[in-house]
Amino acid sequence: MGDMIKGNIAVAEAAVRAGIEVYAGYPITPSTEVMEYLSARLPELGRTFIQAESELAAINMVLGVSACGRRSLTASSGPGISLKQEGISYMAQMNFPAVILNVVRWGNGLGSLDGAQTDYLRETRGGGNGDYRNIVLCPSTVQETVDLMYEAFDIAEKYRCIVVVMTDSGLGQMMEPCEMPPFREIRKCSWGLDGTYQVKRPDFLGRNIPGESDAYIRKVREMRENEQRWEAVGLEDAEYVFVAYGMCGRVMTGLVSEMRAAGQRVGLLRPITAWPFPEKAFAQMREKAPGLKGLITVETNGEGQMVEDVALYAKKYGLGQVPVYALPYVCGVPKDDVVKADFDRILSGEIKEVF
Amino acid sequence: MAVEKRVPALCNYAMFCAGCGHGVLLRLICECLEELGQEKNTIAAIGVGCSCHLKSGINVDLVQCPHGRAGAVATGIRRAEPDKCVFTYQGDGDAYNIGIAETLNAAYRNENLCVFVVNNNNFGMTGGQMSWTTMEGQKTATSPAGRDIALTGAPIKVPEMIAHSFRPAYVARGAVTTPAEINRLKGYIKNAFQAQLNHEGYSMVEVLSTCPTNWGMEPLAAHQHLMEHVVPYYQLGEFKKRGE
Repeated sequence: MGDMIKGNIAVAEAAVRAGIEVYAGYPITPSTEVMEYLSARLPELGRTFIQAESELAAINMVLGVSACGRRSLTASSGPGISLKQEGISYMAQMNFPAVILNVVRWGNGLGSLDGAQTDYLRETRGGGNGDYRNIVLCPSTVQETVDLMYEAFDIAEKYRCIVVVMTDSGLGQMMEPCEMPPFREIRKCSWGLDGTYQVKRPDFLGRNIPGESDAYIRKVREMRENEQRWEAVGLEDAEYVFVAYGMCGRVMTGLVSEMRAAGQRVGLLRPITAWPFPEKAFAQMREKAPGLKGLITVETNGEGQMVEDVALYAKKYGLGQVPVYALPYVCGVPKDDVVKADFDRILSGEIKEVF
Repeated sequence: MAVEKRVPALCNYAMFCAGCGHGVLLRLICECLEELGQEKNTIAAIGVGCSCHLKSGINVDLVQCPHGRAGAVATGIRRAEPDKCVFTYQGDGDAYNIGIAETLNAAYRNENLCVFVVNNNNFGMTGGQMSWTTMEGQKTATSPAGRDIALTGAPIKVPEMIAHSFRPAYVARGAVTTPAEINRLKGYIKNAFQAQLNHEGYSMVEVLSTCPTNWGMEPLAAHQHLMEHVVPYYQLGEFKKRGE
């Protein structure tokens, strides 16, 4: 077992080991430790740390590094991630890969410093203007955060897409034992600009927009097909399946195993990719759990965001008759006895389905 | 003896309007890059607006930046590729309105790159709206009664701001007017590139240009207007010389 390490420091070190050459960012709670750590760590390795004037500038610095086919990172929270959407949309358009860390904090606008899952819909729908999707990785432990951050760069470069690693205040601030992966060799992607004008631009006037769109959508479909990740417990006999990611997924992992030990027929689907949503798990559920009576999301936002996806994919995979419930706990980390009590309220009919 | 003036191989077809100054600046940049041996060692970060024409207009690697963000994108390129020649090419709306934060902060950090800004007193590509460089009283699509500087601020002088407030390597303002002035401008551009290649830091060259289409003037009248009304306000010359 590795040493105890704080989530934000661990994820920053994972990015270093994945081979980032540049970090550009702007301070914002609860993600600031990432940049504080890298402001010492990167120069120590002869790499570059930039304190940018804004999150907007930081994402555009990442855009410049990515255009050169090199790895970089920016991290932020709440309104800082909102500011980055311009650059993210541009990178999606230009097929520049990038990894962005969103240490989610609760709320609209300034919001608060509490951990939450209020950015789910924005992150899974692209976030900026246009017709693109980002791969969204949502770990439940510090170790999983490290492993996903380390791999995120490979995924981003494989598809030349944006990968968002979505943690939250809780996961960023907590300490857990963690094993660090080895250092990757730093390399430049072959397509990166190098000043020799090898990458020819399409003719300014002869732009083929349906062709561009088609190429992008083919890539999106490939990502959707290949990159779904999840963890499942008890789908084979569950009457009720909880769906929860991140800190909620962590709580539910423990609670579902406890409830199953007590003889309750419950299961858990813990998405590790919020996008692409693990829809293949729904196909398995249809086959494995003929007695399914309900799907229940456990989320930390106002009225459930992921519940929309759960209902959509239930419909797509022939589970349209199964009621879909949401247990939204606004912010923080839901307590298992509260979730258990609310589950009883679902069983008694007091809490109605959302879809 | 006649000297042959060859069009630099870096120059390509660009769709600027008749009488526009962009084409002259683009040609001067290409000439300087060739003379400095940087034609296969350059990455440009271009702004939004008429600057987009560089996509076809110049045969070097370039990145189309979000509007106003070239200062930040070029910073990323510079830090990723310390040995490349990096420049931004922006209009005044891009660099001084929406991008003033990125422009000033790149200068403030003294990033080792060149920034070329075409100041034609308006937003060209979108059809001649007021920009921060629009002259007092100038009629534009968004200042139909003439620019009221009491309400909208006075025409902005960013090169002076940068030269006098920060510690850049080189700052100048040239103009696409007479052959003599164009030759001087070429000297400024070359100085800017040389400053970068010597790792002296940030350089900015603002270029006063005509915009006949949006000024509603024939090219010659626009040229006349530039010399009589714009140049006297926006002083030409070097505001921060290299090594000073």
